[in-house]
Amino acid sequence: MLKNIHNRAAITIPEKNIGEITFPDVQNGGLEYNPPSRGAWNIVHIGMLIPKAHQIYFCAQGCLRGVVQTTAEMNAADRLSWAYLCDEDYAEGSMEQNIIDSMTAVIRLMQEKPPCILMFLSCMHLFAGVDFGMIIDELSAAFPQIEFVDCYMTPTMRKSGLTPDMMMYRQLYRPLKKTALNEKSINIIGNNQSTLESSELLPILKNAGFLIRDITYCKTYAEYLKMAESSVNITYLPIAAAAGADLEERLGQKHLYLPLCYGFDEIRENYEKLCHCLDIDTPNLSEYFANAEKALTAAQEKVGNIAVAIDASATPRLLGLCRLLLEYGFNVTKVYTDGFSSEEKEDFFWLEKNAPQLKVCPIGNVSMRFASGEDNSGKILAVGQKAAYFCGTDNFVNIINGGELYGFGGIVKLCELLEDAIDKPKDRRTVIQMKGIGCESCL
Amino acid sequence: MIHYAKIISCYAADTSGVCSALYELGGMTVVHDASGCNSTYSTHDEPRWYDMDSMIYVSGLTEIDAVMGNDERLISDVCDAAEELNPEFITLCGSPMPAMTGTDFDAIASVTEQRCGIKTFGLHTNGMHSYIDGASEAFEKIADYFCKKSGRKNNKPTVNIIGATPLDFSSQKIINSMKNWLCESGFDVGSCMAMGDSLDRIIAAGDSDCNLVISGSGLAAAELLEKKFGIPYVVGVPYGKKYSEILAADIIKAIETKSSLFSSAERSNSQKSDIAVVGEAVMSASLARAIEGDTGLSARVICTLEKDKRFFADGDLCIADERFLAEEFAKCGIIIADGLFKPICPENVRFYSLAHEAFSGRCFRKTVTDIIGTCLKVTPHKAR
Repeated sequence: MLKNIHNRAAITIPEKNIGEITFPDVQNGGLEYNPPSRGAWNIVHIGMLIPKAHQIYFCAQGCLRGVVQTTAEMNAADRLSWAYLCDEDYAEGSMEQNIIDSMTAVIRLMQEKPPCILMFLSCMHLFAGVDFGMIIDELSAAFPQIEFVDCYMTPTMRKSGLTPDMMMYRQLYRPLKKTALNEKSINIIGNNQSTLESSELLPILKNAGFLIRDITYCKTYAEYLKMAESSVNITYLPIAAAAGADLEERLGQKHLYLPLCYGFDEIRENYEKLCHCLDIDTPNLSEYFANAEKALTAAQEKVGNIAVAIDASATPRLLGLCRLLLEYGFNVTKVYTDGFSSEEKEDFFWLEKNAPQLKVCPIGNVSMRFASGEDNSGKILAVGQKAAYFCGTDNFVNIINGGELYGFGGIVKLCELLEDAIDKPKDRRTVIQMKGIGCESCL
Repeated sequence: MIHYAKIISCYAADTSGVCSALYELGGMTVVHDASGCNSTYSTHDEPRWYDMDSMIYVSGLTEIDAVMGNDERLISDVCDAAEELNPEFITLCGSPMPAMTGTDFDAIASVTEQRCGIKTFGLHTNGMHSYIDGASEAFEKIADYFCKKSGRKNNKPTVNIIGATPLDFSSQKIINSMKNWLCESGFDVGSCMAMGDSLDRIIAAGDSDCNLVISGSGLAAAELLEKKFGIPYVVGVPYGKKYSEILAADIIKAIETKSSLFSSAERSNSQKSDIAVVGEAVMSASLARAIEGDTGLSARVICTLEKDKRFFADGDLCIADERFLAEEFAKCGIIIADGLFKPICPENVRFYSLAHEAFSGRCFRKTVTDIIGTCLKVTPHKAR
């Protein structure tokens, strides 16, 4: 329980019924609070997916601190270097040369040169109009055996086009070079961990004779580079769509966005789209469909009337999951989010009509600082770390960004996790404070 | 000038220092920075974040606001939040982007205070300095704006602790040990700026007889209180058995002579020492002196942060860059430093890991040891 050093009783938690919300905003600006759930992956975690790649950051000390600590906690301090900016640097107009000199010095200290270096510049560099292309050219000429990738730690640009996370997923595949495409090789890109083995997506592809490549399978840099041979890239997270579009433009790999979702019809449409694109027969999905229904029914029996709360970090389709669970009799009472994606519009209007009492709570609102444990009057089942924190419950499903639980098989697994969360409470304080779910941690 | 590191960590920045210093005082602290940038502080630099409430927020600065100089959004957002939360005071501090665009935090603070009627001050952080700078300015402002002298008579000599943040002293237990040590040494504790005490208690700091500065963050506030109320200060942390006794005597001496003392810097023979304590100036110098007192072995300081010469004895060094630190480590027999310095310590140099939250964040938090008033043991390094 949060130690109360202020007059918390006087502060109102800003929740509303979904019927009172105007799509798509929940929190309209204002100062922002950051709850202590750390499972989401940041640009450091994502960059580490390239085998043997080294990351070098150039920024102010305050910006460096988070990335350096992320790496230290991952026991991967040897894969990240840095240089920091001083007051005089941005006034002197010497940023480019300083970056080149720092990079050169750091690379010379490396006994074994990495095959690839992800170079991160910050908001300050972009504001100062730093010529990133020139820097890459100079370094590539000096160290031809290393692939340099321009990367961006630019949170002030979060609302100016692609977010830093989206850019990171795009840059993650930039070392892939145009080559002859293999019609029977297909990539799944943009996810942090491998797609659930029991998802029907994988057997559908394998049974049709496709070799599936995924950065999460790659053990070597050479193996990673082979991803350039695939003829199709599948993305299922919105955050990775820019990466798919970029690869289609650069390498001619067809991009198929098949969103991770929970509506049975939409899942079916995804597979029809996939099979049409690959020119294969759409398999009979009825067994997968039946398994999902059966799992939902069993999980609902187990969970019963226990209140369910879900947060937006758990899945890109918060409202879709909410709708699915309500349709199968779960007592979903609350969602935590600061806004809804355009993909959620249909589900929003369905919920507005069919569950108007569903509470919507912002995550970043200043008053949420005082919301921890506010719902601990009865047992609550949470989906997502933020919902677990705010509800003060140890009964929670610990997933981030969909948890790679794709398709009907993903729903079956999610139901298992719901049941498991009821049976086996977790050490919430420890679990949700671990950075980068699934990553190694020294904590 | 280039500052780079191949493998070691970097220190918490000035903005984290501000937030950490003011965390428990009932004010609202707003870092004018991009959305998400408060995550670094709340994850790695603030062990209280999960367990203790506070009003530390980020403004969510965007590219457009920075380019267009839209300070009005910051002011109105701060006023809206203040209306909802009713903080004791408001602090606004800057990050790299406002530094580039020349944001005038004093002016913004003035407008905010006029509009919402709550004491507001701007701090001059830019994310390019260490936590010491930020915490130091924050403590100085608190001392300047709030501390008073009532003229109350103390039954016993009363001492304030100044410069306490979890960035240097990970847990409240260590601060409590310091308070216990003060009491056992015959003093009353006035207040602690700023762990474990409310603003109400700190306001009365002017009634104390001496200030104990336990980190570089506390020096500016102590100097201000000396100037304002004539309260002398003593710099040092009561590490070790012998040095804690010396420090208590130094406090009495300071009270009697009305003269301030840099107690931790008063070391002899440190020039030729084979033992180096690495890190923050006051803590490292105090540990070096404690080692000297309890073991008879001399130790020197390699300070990676502050550069104020008053903190140091002859033979101490100030080095921040990894390459120069590595060269200096190679000249030592024993290094006592945070564990994230270990990768640059040669194998033939013995390394004692001493967790420092401001450097390694959460990595070694579980190993933090309370050595207040505890007799220290160091095995001498065999001559190479």
